[in-house]
Amino acid sequence: MSGVRETADIIIVGAGVMGCGAAYYLAQRGVKVLVLESEMIGHGASSRSGGGVRQSARDVRELPIAIYSVQHLWPTLSEELGVDVEYIQDGNLRLGKTEEHQKILQARTDSCVAAGLDVRMVDAYEIHQLCPCLAPDVVTASLCPTDGHANPLLTTLGYYKAARRLGAHFITGERAVRLERIKGRVRRVVTAAGNVYEADQIMVTAGYWTRQLLNTVGIDIPMFKRIDQSIVTEPMPHMFRQMLGTAEGHFHGRQSVHGSFTFGDHTGLEIQHKNKQDRPAATSLLAGVACRDVVEYIPVLANAKVIRVWAGWLDMTPDELPVLDVVDELPGLIVGCGFSGHGFGLAPGAAKILSQLALGEETCVDVSSLNYNRFDGRC
Amino acid sequence: MSQILDRNMDIGPFVPQPDDDLIICRCEEITKGEIRQAIHDGMFTMNEIKRYLRAGMGLCQGKTCGRQVKGILARELGMSPAQIDDCTPRSPNRPAEMRVLGNEVDKV
Repeated sequence: MSGVRETADIIIVGAGVMGCGAAYYLAQRGVKVLVLESEMIGHGASSRSGGGVRQSARDVRELPIAIYSVQHLWPTLSEELGVDVEYIQDGNLRLGKTEEHQKILQARTDSCVAAGLDVRMVDAYEIHQLCPCLAPDVVTASLCPTDGHANPLLTTLGYYKAARRLGAHFITGERAVRLERIKGRVRRVVTAAGNVYEADQIMVTAGYWTRQLLNTVGIDIPMFKRIDQSIVTEPMPHMFRQMLGTAEGHFHGRQSVHGSFTFGDHTGLEIQHKNKQDRPAATSLLAGVACRDVVEYIPVLANAKVIRVWAGWLDMTPDELPVLDVVDELPGLIVGCGFSGHGFGLAPGAAKILSQLALGEETCVDVSSLNYNRFDGRC
Repeated sequence: MSQILDRNMDIGPFVPQPDDDLIICRCEEITKGEIRQAIHDGMFTMNEIKRYLRAGMGLCQGKTCGRQVKGILARELGMSPAQIDDCTPRSPNRPAEMRVLGNEVDKV
């Protein structure tokens, strides 16, 4: 075996928004951080996210992270990082057209209110006041005024840039293939190129690939990957600032600061999608389905040109909640994965929590129910 | 697989150049100076430059400026353009209206 190429206080595997964020919060505390990334910065879900920063309709186990992020981190993130992450806090509107939709939205609203969130139903008049471009048959909606959206690409690269400025060392194209223990502690990362890196702690924030990597030290966090797809249009005049969703949850979207519309959608066949490639590719069905769905709710977009379609992998856990934990039986190992397609809004809080777990501090919100071993015997 | 890129590699300081205000990405109006500054901010791949600045993210999807951006990146990193991966190409091949893409049955 070759000698150790580089040492650090902590090695973070995976330079997505979680890895870059954790690197930033740790570097801020004077920790010597090394980040290893198999592809490039934000190559996985972080650059493929829809960009929603949402507290509403979240499970109570992860809701505190969303609330903490929205109250304490998102509002000042652009200033803090020195990169405009295009955070807009102007509400999340979940739209409906039928009585059936209204029932779904009412039930969601009731559970959000029970969790202490400011969410309310809005009537047709108010909906069209808030968002005049919607189709006239959109007659019911729920509104969470403190939700919003941001630019996932700039958030990830902003954390990267700020972490780097604070001295975090990033190496991309280094695919971690194995973790190794020394005297019971997880200390080493071995990469596909045969390079060995060593640190007091290893943090794995590698999305779906976390599972494979942790398997090399006997830990299994059940996750499967599911494809998720999005379209983006040319820039258009500004029409609305809210994050939009629907009662049925078939599409969600926003208008960016730049003017383009981004919509995430699915064709209903994603679960059958057998994509054996390393890189996720959008299916040929997506653009057609997404355009029909969107135009039914926002007719004025019929003439908007779609310029790009893309896809990404969601790292789905059985309960669709993330894992943010220190692995008890393997000292030195910290895990942040399984965000199941709704991690971006949590990112600042989750990254901060990961840094606090590494520092052995009390976390800013309780994450004891997001433990890595909660799936034992259940799946 | 991507090549190994140590983001601490020394690419020297950012030195302003006389043609830094030249527009390279015409769709998004991104200048040479902005691209060079982004590289010095740590954006070492074509995709990262695109995601950071929007160069190559506009109507032509980098078909016009891709080569130029790659040349600038290669020069700043001291590499050959042949060593640098293009931005991930994505469908559709040219911009298409939603009413067109959403109409898979009838003629428009």
